[in-house]
Amino acid sequence: MNPFLGALELIVSGDREVFLIAGTTLHFSFWSTAFSTLPGLALGILLANYRFPGRRAVAAVVSSLTALPTVVIGLFVYSFISRSGPLGSLGWLFAPPGVVLGQTLLALPIVVSLVYTGLSKLDARFTETLVTLGAGRLRRLASTLFEAKYVLASALLNAFGRVTGEVGVSMMLGGNIRWYTRTMTTTIALDTSKGEFERALSLGILLLAIALAINALVHAAVKHEE
Amino acid sequence: MNRKALVLALAALCAASAFAMGGKEAAAPANPRIKLATTTSTENSGLLGYILPIFEAKTGYKVDVVAVGTGAALKLGENGDADVVLVHARAQEDAFVAAGHGVDRRDVMYNDFIILGPASDPAGIGSAKSSTEAFSRIASAGATFVSRGDKSGTHVKELDIWKAAGIAPAGTWYKEAGQGMEQVILMANGMPGYTLADRGTWLAVKDKTSLKICYQGDKGLFNPYGIIAVNPAKWPSANNEGAKALIAWIMSKEGLKAIESFKLNGEQLFFTYK
Repeated sequence: MNPFLGALELIVSGDREVFLIAGTTLHFSFWSTAFSTLPGLALGILLANYRFPGRRAVAAVVSSLTALPTVVIGLFVYSFISRSGPLGSLGWLFAPPGVVLGQTLLALPIVVSLVYTGLSKLDARFTETLVTLGAGRLRRLASTLFEAKYVLASALLNAFGRVTGEVGVSMMLGGNIRWYTRTMTTTIALDTSKGEFERALSLGILLLAIALAINALVHAAVKHEE
Repeated sequence: MNRKALVLALAALCAASAFAMGGKEAAAPANPRIKLATTTSTENSGLLGYILPIFEAKTGYKVDVVAVGTGAALKLGENGDADVVLVHARAQEDAFVAAGHGVDRRDVMYNDFIILGPASDPAGIGSAKSSTEAFSRIASAGATFVSRGDKSGTHVKELDIWKAAGIAPAGTWYKEAGQGMEQVILMANGMPGYTLADRGTWLAVKDKTSLKICYQGDKGLFNPYGIIAVNPAKWPSANNEGAKALIAWIMSKEGLKAIESFKLNGEQLFFTYK
């Protein structure tokens, strides 16, 4: 059979393992995006709205961290959570928490960077107006958070898309264990190495669908912001 | 799209994620997860997927298989990142136990290595009298050879044969792939070239290639697999109860029979010492 047709059949027939793997991927991505939300938002607001020494340097570092290769994150985290590493007693290597930790570190700079640039684009007069109106610090922060909600939504969606599609962290820290840490991307890598393209293609199609959906949502968020 | 739709979509994403991985099986043992570091040949041939569910159903353990090369699997055991290892490189296994990294080593099963190559056999290794002679012919013909290059059991065996042949393989004909067995067979198929493979993986992927077995049957190509529990004295965190249970089951009549009865396209892949 044509592998492409075989792939579509796997999706249409609701193949149990394919959808379980897709579920695992979404599960990991959800938690890593969730964990990066609060620190990402806080650091993003800090960089955008407050003046402190070294602010530009921090912003530059964060923006270069968004290009950090996943295998480098995987390598660093691996050396920490291996039983022979400093956090070894947690037993996180080759288990879901290890993957989520690595993916959180992958998502964090993306969230910070997008929140920062998104807020910087907001009209500077907005803050001035608030000050003129006599708004206190807390009030100004609350207004910023309110204004930032679409910026944050699009940042989180971008981060979610990035971690969903990454393979390095999942492979190195999850170990591609069947029914446990096997994700869409590690399955694609495994199946391709075995020369079995049908399931790999079906997961590729699902990944593409997720990416398109996320893109549509990001677009909607950005549009609303304008 | 309005704000409500955006919130709804985000909520749907969360719900889908939360829904995933909901079910966890009821487990009898105190620590039901066993981490087994093994080679690609046992996992990707389908052997473990065939025998482990029998063990899991019987004992309530859940075996997490991390499939890497033999060298990497032993390293995982050494660092305490696995509870038990199933590998194929006898000298390294003995060194692993001697260094105090592992205990309770057992001979589980065996098959053999084969030399794969293009159907035309350009280096004429089919008539060689030994695996070392076959390798010598490949080198002197300058025929393409794809090496695993990843410290796997197969790579160790390949290097042993080159050493026995008195050849230090280098040059444009010698390609170090750094990939798993299936990938290397498929690469050898694409180039085309020769490669050393374990018979189990070959049987699993042979339908996807036009390669053939150019040389086989030499005693030096024997491929024994051993199972070793990670030393609990060195790594108290290791699931030694689980490792013992798994080794005991694999070495039991039922376990060995399960290995013997695993077939791919009607051919038996692994043999036990009965």
